Amino acid sequence: MPGFEGRVKMPEQPPEIRARNFQEVPFGLTEELALKEAERCLNCKNPLCMTGCPVAVKIPEFIQLIKQEKYAAAARKIKETNALPAVCGRVCPQESQCESKCVLGIKHQPVAIGYLERFCADYERDMGLTEVPEPAQPTGKKIAVIGSGPSGLTVAGDLIKLGHEVVIYEALHKAGGVLTYGIPEFRLPKKIVEAEVENLLKQGVRLDLDSVVGRVRTVDELMKEDGFDAVFIGVGAGLPTFLNIPGENLNNVYSANEYLTRANLMKAYRFPEYATPVERGKNVVVIGGGNVAMDSVRTALRLGAVEATIVYRRAKEQLPARAEEVHHTEQEGVKFTLLTNPIRFIGDETGCVKAMECQRMELGEPDSSGRRKPIPIEGSEFVIECDLAIVSIGTGPNPVIFSDLAGVDRNKWGYIDVNEETMETSKAFVYAGGDIVTGSATVIQAMGAGRIAARAIHQKLEDNKTG
Amino acid sequence: MSRDYKIIEKEEIVPNVHKFVIREPRIAKKARAGQFILVMAHEKGERIPLTLSDWDPVEGTITFYVLELGISTMDLITLDKGDSLYSIAGPLGQPAKVEKFGNVILGGGCFGIGGIYSIAKAMKAAGNHVTVIMEARSYYLLYNIENLRSVSDELYITTSDGSGGIKGHVQKKLDELVIAGRKFDRAYFMGCTFMLMQCSKATLPHSIPTGVALNAIMLDGTGMCGCCRVTVGGQTKFVCVDGPELDGHLVDWDELFIRKQIYREEEAVSYQSHACRSTTGYEHEMKNNSGGDS
Ligand SMILES: Cc1cc2nc3c(=O)[nH]c(=O)nc-3n(C[C@H](O)[C@H](O)[C@H](O)COP(=O)(O)OP(=O)(O)OC[C@H]3O[C@@H](n4cnc5c(N)ncnc54)[C@H](O)[C@@H]3O)c2cc1C
Ligand SMILES: Cc1cc2nc3c(=O)[nH]c(=O)nc-3n(C[C@H](O)[C@H](O)[C@H](O)COP(=O)(O)OP(=O)(O)OC[C@H]3O[C@@H](n4cnc5c(N)ncnc54)[C@H](O)[C@@H]3O)c2cc1C
Ligand code: SF4
Ligand code: SF4
Ligand code: FES
Repeated sequence: MPGFEGRVKMPEQPPEIRARNFQEVPFGLTEELALKEAERCLNCKNPLCMTGCPVAVKIPEFIQLIKQEKYAAAARKIKETNALPAVCGRVCPQESQCESKCVLGIKHQPVAIGYLERFCADYERDMGLTEVPEPAQPTGKKIAVIGSGPSGLTVAGDLIKLGHEVVIYEALHKAGGVLTYGIPEFRLPKKIVEAEVENLLKQGVRLDLDSVVGRVRTVDELMKEDGFDAVFIGVGAGLPTFLNIPGENLNNVYSANEYLTRANLMKAYRFPEYATPVERGKNVVVIGGGNVAMDSVRTALRLGAVEATIVYRRAKEQLPARAEEVHHTEQEGVKFTLLTNPIRFIGDETGCVKAMECQRMELGEPDSSGRRKPIPIEGSEFVIECDLAIVSIGTGPNPVIFSDLAGVDRNKWGYIDVNEETMETSKAFVYAGGDIVTGSATVIQAMGAGRIAARAIHQKLEDNKTG
Repeated sequence: MSRDYKIIEKEEIVPNVHKFVIREPRIAKKARAGQFILVMAHEKGERIPLTLSDWDPVEGTITFYVLELGISTMDLITLDKGDSLYSIAGPLGQPAKVEKFGNVILGGGCFGIGGIYSIAKAMKAAGNHVTVIMEARSYYLLYNIENLRSVSDELYITTSDGSGGIKGHVQKKLDELVIAGRKFDRAYFMGCTFMLMQCSKATLPHSIPTGVALNAIMLDGTGMCGCCRVTVGGQTKFVCVDGPELDGHLVDWDELFIRKQIYREEEAVSYQSHACRSTTGYEHEMKNNSGGDS
């Protein structure tokens, strides 16, 4: 009887070893394990799993192909709705998406959909079986995509297949957005992102790096002078939030964005071979409880921290990070100091942080997000020593793109307002999606938005042609 | 697929200061006075900020000056005419505030002698009376004099060793002019952090509104990381998006000095480990020609 045997375990590096290197933590399923796991899927008539996936990957269909040992075909089946399966198989919060809906999960453990997704995508890539689609009949329309994160890459991939000309403008010297500068190598090897980008280029997408839109070109110039028929804005939520407490500008107090960008994009973990430095703390605290905080603290361990602590103001159940990542982080020896909030950083005589004064918190009534609100406990102040602190309490919309962008309405948090059915903004032919619309969300949500936008852009340009 | 950032011209115009002219038509078309670029010499290099000194939208070229200090500036100057840089992003930062103020006083030191040119040119074009004071340790380290003369109404030279012009620094000449009864409506300074602080202190008693081109440590240059943050008038500003021009009378200088020291040990490691491998003979050359930042 399929399904009732236990779910496979992903082989991975043991915690005490992996916490000191930047190689990927899980090794991936072997073919044997993949087949075994695929056998568990019931191939449901009414696959609930698909309702949990923001892009409705054809889960039972691709798993059936795995059962037939047609792994590359399985990868292509996933790609019908998800352009980056090797990425999503690794970083999707499956436990709250597809896998949370799998029927097997009711009485047993759900099918390991993410592992299987990763398996086929890796197989296709590693065996050199990635297909470059035939170029479509050119439509003569040009679309500019701003930002090369998951939303931008999805829009580019979908529109090039429909015969449009696509140029991606990326501010940094490497493509991939957060996949490249934020998520560490040990969770998402950069070669995977590079292969995906390479594949888009082979299909004819043009990538213009070092291009900060709002500075070197504006959206208006792209449309009026450079002849673009539509623009997609996928610039992410790249503005670090700080705590605004005393001492925050001391040396060795980093934003998570800076710390991770130095480590990942600039490869500071290979300093001095790579010229960009990053401070290597021995006793590191990370303030925050999301994926970004987990990535920061685990990076700090790999850069030589002896002690590493997460300081989070709510309780463990409320940690916003993926369960799997919290688990990995704990296994690697990170300490969790919960219900605690910093109130100031304390510096030494050289201007470096040496400690953080904190306050204990207790949980009060649920707030607008439905979570119980942390309230400071009077007189509970105490000091945590540290030689490096990383502030990871969220991000906001980066202002640069808006420096010359009239007519695009934004909500009260500064994110772009869109028509959710088309992702079109208040300015005609200008679309937006991903974190710059929703605030920090997930890779697959950004890709889902990109897919909707691509379809709507295509439709509108077609209508415009005939109309 | 980066564009090709080819070096059209490169020259060591005075010891340790190199002039670069690069083909980069997009930046040449958009640049405004006071803006900067982020440059990587090669794929494993750092992203470092450099001020645009001049640009030619017709030829599609940009000009900047590099003062050799550590590994990244050295990586740049070891490239030659015909070579290409790995990455250039820009123009970044807010353009300098340029309008018809009346009497404008500008001061430039070290790399700022190169960068202040764009400000002088724009201020002059806006109809101001432009007074420029340049400073260097010694006369032989001064450069760009003729260019600056062509866009200013008055040009003064100061040297710390007295080998040319007035012995002293920008603020000394500035004080002299003010004591002689000259009125200035606006000041702008570019150079090392110490000079910016000294000049801002000099204009404060005379209530001359003062912009300084701050040179905080940067990484992305687009407001994404926060490493360039400084406190100005009690508020945190990101130099790369709110600046580089900020109010010299409100900058928390002590904090900025400390923040600039953060990678001192790594900078030494980086420079040493490179020098050991290098065959260019630079390893024995002392980096003492141009003062640099302290
Ligand atoms: C450290 C970290 C870990 C994460 N972990 C996970 C995870 O495990 N699972 C998950 O699902 N999600 C995770 N996320 C969230 C996820 O990465 C984001 O939701 C997703 O990347 C958003 O995609 P995007 O397309 O909106 O933009 P981004 O990925 O943010 O990319 C935007 C791109 O636009 C560029 N850009 C910005 N401004 C301009 C401009 N003016 N001109 C040109 N280009 C510009 C940026 O340089 C960047 O490359 C994580 C995020 C971080 C930071
Ligand atoms: C807006 C701005 C404009 C600038 N314009 C010019 C210019 O036109 N010409 C020029 O020669 N220099 C300019 N600088 C300074 C130049 O960026 C630094 O000298 C250079 O980064 C030093 O790198 P290095 O590896 O050679 O030296 P290092 O040995 O790394 O450092 C030497 C000094 O440079 C500072 N520094 C180090 N890394 C950075 C960084 N990433 N960003 C900023 N400062 C850093 C350090 O505080 C240190 O004091 C500018 C700086 C800024 C912020
Ligand atoms: S894309 Fe993400 S949510 Fe959808 S099936 Fe794949 S792993 Fe699950
Ligand atoms: S719900 Fe679970 S068992 Fe059913 S098709 Fe989806 S993955 Fe397979
Ligand atoms: S350099 Fe990163 S925010 Fe200014």
